[in-house]
Amino acid sequence: MTDEQIKEQVIKVLAEEFELDIEDLKPEAKLYEDLGLDSLDAVDMVVALEKNFGMKMTDEEALRAVRTLEDLFNLIIKLKKEKE
Amino acid sequence: MNRVVITGMGAVSPFGVGVKTLCSSIWQGKSAVEFMSSWQHIKGLNSFLAAPVPSINVKKLIKRNLRRTMGPMAIWSVLASREAIKDAKLTQDELSSNYTGVIIGSTTGSPSIYEEFYKEFLPKESIEGIKSGVFFKIMGHSCAANVCLDLKIKGHQWATTSACTSSSQAIGLGFILLKMGIQNIIICGGADEVHPTVTMVFDILKAASRKNETPKITPRPFDKNRDGVVCGGGAGILILETLESARKRNAKIHAELLGFSLNCDSQHIANPDTNQMANVMLDAIKEADINTKEVDYISAHATGTSKGDIAEAQAIKKVFGKNTPTSSIKGHIGHSLGAAGVLESIVAIECLKKQQLVPTLNLEDPDPECDIELIQHKIVPHKIDIIVKNNFALGGVNTSLVLRRWNSNDG
Repeated sequence: MTDEQIKEQVIKVLAEEFELDIEDLKPEAKLYEDLGLDSLDAVDMVVALEKNFGMKMTDEEALRAVRTLEDLFNLIIKLKKEKE
Repeated sequence: MNRVVITGMGAVSPFGVGVKTLCSSIWQGKSAVEFMSSWQHIKGLNSFLAAPVPSINVKKLIKRNLRRTMGPMAIWSVLASREAIKDAKLTQDELSSNYTGVIIGSTTGSPSIYEEFYKEFLPKESIEGIKSGVFFKIMGHSCAANVCLDLKIKGHQWATTSACTSSSQAIGLGFILLKMGIQNIIICGGADEVHPTVTMVFDILKAASRKNETPKITPRPFDKNRDGVVCGGGAGILILETLESARKRNAKIHAELLGFSLNCDSQHIANPDTNQMANVMLDAIKEADINTKEVDYISAHATGTSKGDIAEAQAIKKVFGKNTPTSSIKGHIGHSLGAAGVLESIVAIECLKKQQLVPTLNLEDPDPECDIELIQHKIVPHKIDIIVKNNFALGGVNTSLVLRRWNSNDG
């Protein structure tokens, strides 16, 4: 999977899970402030991404540091590479 | 002590969304009972009948961040509550007052979500993959909590959990809180879902109807050929309010709630007790400060079980004699457990407004042991000022509500 494919997949998962418009899912979008997600959504986001990418996201510190969609792309890309 | 009136009603029933849909279907003599082909694989189950709520697309009606913690019963409670507050013309300021509360009961949290959770959890005993909303859908106060969040309630939040009397207890508790002046407005009622684990409770007790080939002629309350309960789903909401609050808002009043009584029989966990059924009606009448002769109609609990219908009929005869018209709407919508008391109250209020009595659907051959004035076959025009509404639950809980017709010149 290329980085671009990963980003597209993350966008697809988030759009579906949280009923968001794809146009709003820009890399600079802040998950809480711009996309309106909250702490419960953060739990569900991890569940949906883990299921979709077939990997565990257990580094809670790294997850807490995610502010924007770009941060999330980078984390998933990093985890994907580590897995491979 | 405050007087208590009903200023709003909302319903989601096996006939669909809305009080109008529920009442027009009942008045047309429709049955919502279906054969549940999706249950046929369940080993040992004998009853494949239910009156489920038709599927409702709520994506545009309830925002995702609210919907994520709602199972079907909480969704229906929200829709019924919204209808009721619209009917009562309550403002957001009135809803968010510390003196406006919510009481909504159900047998359990959402059984369909319990099933989803355990299907995921049990095979590997793992909670990986479980979403954050699950607990909020299965907790006992799921309907009440989600309605409070949707309506931005700041007053009391209660959830009355007693299966078939969950919503009559909710109405009763609302009555007490308003009468005592603890709250001014109460949004109350109950909800439950059709699910095989609900029907199997009655099936195991040999109290669920097995007329699988003929779903439209069962359940048959008070009929000689009745063979048990058919479970239904739904949610119903009443807006209860002190008369003072209703007057201040110039609210339209549907009816007055004159009395409520609750007792338990503690004789047997499942068997009905005629004496305590009679006592709960007598106590509700005493609370209403009326006499038994003033009661024009009894909206019975009568679920269509062999023992329950006889016990109730005998209790009615003991209290009122055999001439007070009585019927049950469970032939139309089955037994919606936590929603039963409130949906039946809504239909009873419609009877008061229309001055008509609804018959018991499927009552063809009255059981001689149910020797009371049973309404059959057709709508009967009748002068009705006062209704007694009964509900009884497994666990030995008995409730009676007393409703009075409201005239605009009532004071």
